[in-house]
Amino acid sequence: MSVGQFFTSKVDDAIGWARKFSIFTYPFVTACCGMEYMATACSHYDIDRFGAGLPRFSPRQADVLFVVGTVNHKMAPVLKRIYDQMTEPKWVVAFGQCTCTGAFYDNYAVVQGIDTIVPVDIYIPGCPPRPETVLDGLMKLQDKIAAEKQRA
Amino acid sequence: MDGPAILARLQERFGATILEAHEHRGDHTAVVGPAAGLEVLRFCRDDPALRFDMLMDLTAVDWLKYPGREDGLRFEVVYHLYSVAENHRVRIKVPVDEDTPVVASAVGLWAIANWFEREVWDMFGIRFEGHPDLRRLLMYEEFVGHPLRKDYVINRRQPLIGPKN
Amino acid sequence: MADPEAQPPRTRRTQEFFLGEGTFPQPEATENMQVNIGPSHPAMHGVIRIFTELDGEQVVRADVEIGYLHRGFEKHCEAGPYNNAMPYTDRLNYVSPLINNFGYCSAVEKLLDITPTDRCQYIRVIMSEISRITDHLTCIGASAMELGAFTVFLYMIKAREFLWEVIEQVTGARLTISYGRVGGVKADLTPDFEAGVRKAFVETRTVLGEVDKLLTENRIFVDRMKGVGALSREDTISYAITGPMLRACGVPFDVRRATPYWVYDRLDFEIPVGEAGDNYDRYLVRMAEMEQSMRIVEQALRDLPGGPTNVDFEGRPMSAPPEYVDRGKLGKTDGLLLTPLRLSPNLRGQERPFHDAVNAPDRRAVLPPKEHTYGSIEGLMNHFMLVMDGFGIRPPKGEAYFPVEGANGELGFYVVSDGTDRPYRVRCRPPCLPPTAAMPRMIEGSMVADIVPTFGSVNMIAGELER
Repeated sequence: MSVGQFFTSKVDDAIGWARKFSIFTYPFVTACCGMEYMATACSHYDIDRFGAGLPRFSPRQADVLFVVGTVNHKMAPVLKRIYDQMTEPKWVVAFGQCTCTGAFYDNYAVVQGIDTIVPVDIYIPGCPPRPETVLDGLMKLQDKIAAEKQRA
Repeated sequence: MDGPAILARLQERFGATILEAHEHRGDHTAVVGPAAGLEVLRFCRDDPALRFDMLMDLTAVDWLKYPGREDGLRFEVVYHLYSVAENHRVRIKVPVDEDTPVVASAVGLWAIANWFEREVWDMFGIRFEGHPDLRRLLMYEEFVGHPLRKDYVINRRQPLIGPKN
Repeated sequence: MADPEAQPPRTRRTQEFFLGEGTFPQPEATENMQVNIGPSHPAMHGVIRIFTELDGEQVVRADVEIGYLHRGFEKHCEAGPYNNAMPYTDRLNYVSPLINNFGYCSAVEKLLDITPTDRCQYIRVIMSEISRITDHLTCIGASAMELGAFTVFLYMIKAREFLWEVIEQVTGARLTISYGRVGGVKADLTPDFEAGVRKAFVETRTVLGEVDKLLTENRIFVDRMKGVGALSREDTISYAITGPMLRACGVPFDVRRATPYWVYDRLDFEIPVGEAGDNYDRYLVRMAEMEQSMRIVEQALRDLPGGPTNVDFEGRPMSAPPEYVDRGKLGKTDGLLLTPLRLSPNLRGQERPFHDAVNAPDRRAVLPPKEHTYGSIEGLMNHFMLVMDGFGIRPPKGEAYFPVEGANGELGFYVVSDGTDRPYRVRCRPPCLPPTAAMPRMIEGSMVADIVPTFGSVNMIAGELER
């Protein structure tokens, strides 16, 4: 491995490390999972210790789009628009069973999984997922962020 | 007033327009002829003995698949009325035809009828005459059909709509 | 000597323009701005769009658009047997799911003409009131957070966690519990429930005291909430608004008092009532209601018939249902039904001693206790008839409306049955639809910043609003 490659991989690691501990989330909260998101964000389970405690309520300022709760057909264009407005690098977390596959709402109104609309990085199943599951998903997201290669 | 007294008062005032008045499991119901719905509701609200000042709920039922009611009118609009002053309740039902599903709107009587009737239009396709702004409440405008009708299959998919402009 | 303070003489005539006036370049230089608030809300209430027309900061016209969380609850209830609707009812008002569960169960029980046992009714009251407390905690916490009081939110969610731990011990889940069943509840209370509740209430009372000190006399909070979002008494009734918002107008209407259900007529509690019908009174009513709910739970725990569940088995517990079944098949049925069974954790509470205390003795609707299912042919047949497709709970043809006091007001379930095992029509009367419909009325004429506390005090829960 050449010296240049050594340095760029170290820089990649450093950038990945910095990025994974400064996650600006956009909590796109719709339904019951929002209650578990609130519980995870607050004192008992605290996502602030992962650096993800500050929600940015503008898509332009956020890195990670947490889609929390059921997305139905009326809401889907809004989700797509918000996803499009986010700037690179961006990640999407499908929080809750409704966003993963539509859960038990197999009906005329609900989108059967948001990966039909936006590309998803992490799926956190559960109805609603326990805060421990959410933190596990967040840590997997951190691994994914840290492993991303930056182009020179 | 208790339930039988309420039904008796309605029958005394409206006579034959009240098609049926019965009690089931403690709920008192009056089925009113299609054209007289608004009059009966107005009487319920304004009569000093009844004073139904709160329209607790306005919904509809589609009797298409009900065993035993295949020949009757398809829809029924159901009003649950409550009186805060007198603390009594009644249920008024107005049958609606399938081919001309139109009922007089209760917007002039209770302000909440605006949204309840929009929802009934959205879910069942029953129009309310006199409603100022009858558009869908829960579904998106491009949606075709009325989901709570019995002939709408629950998982019939419709095309995704894109973002507006 | 020229006066250094003197102004230089004005050589040019100045002209002052006010926005909206003047003849240059066009007469009406401004028009009202149309601003869309939502549907993706930073205020974590869920999804709703408030379409406002603003003249500067003042709201001239507002229109509320809902439907962004419509999940077809009523259609799904028609698709499956009566008990299948339970998970769907959890997700209606997802901050107080137990009230929805029990409301639906009570409506179906009304159709079937079943009375749940006393103990079950007390349990329903206890769990409903705990749910009501969690709802009010979330409501006040979230609306305080939107006004900037982030600490209050953290404190309230901390108190809510203690209550959720208690609920999790009993029902198995924190939020979406599916605890009610037609004819009873899923399982009896756990042995250390009372201790858990007392501890949670100590924490909740501490939190409420702290929040009271932080908010109630706080100049900023009072300025933002007092006099804002007021709705007159006539309007409130005309909009069919019930619950804390109606009580804040001075009308002491509470379904628990007006049409008492379960065992509320045996319990002693007050109905806090406000005066002005503005956001501040709604906040005060909710705070007072939480204390009343705790009072109700304490009385109910004291009066709980059958005592705490400290059932000691005199016999030897069988290890698992297969042994039970084997013994029954071998014909060794002496005392089999009385011998206790050790069930897997998710079936706990379905054993005979717990089961009969909380489930109505009605074989048309309630699954038999597991000893009977595994140990006797009648129990097995009963279980089979209740579970198989086409059989199950079959209320006689008819309809019933059962109102309960939800955290936002009167939550009514209107169930129409056609004699089969599936409901023909289930309608949930959402208590937060009327206040949301009255939102334009409450915010027109006020400033944009007043929308936030008003909307917070409406406590719109999208799951219930749009079912």
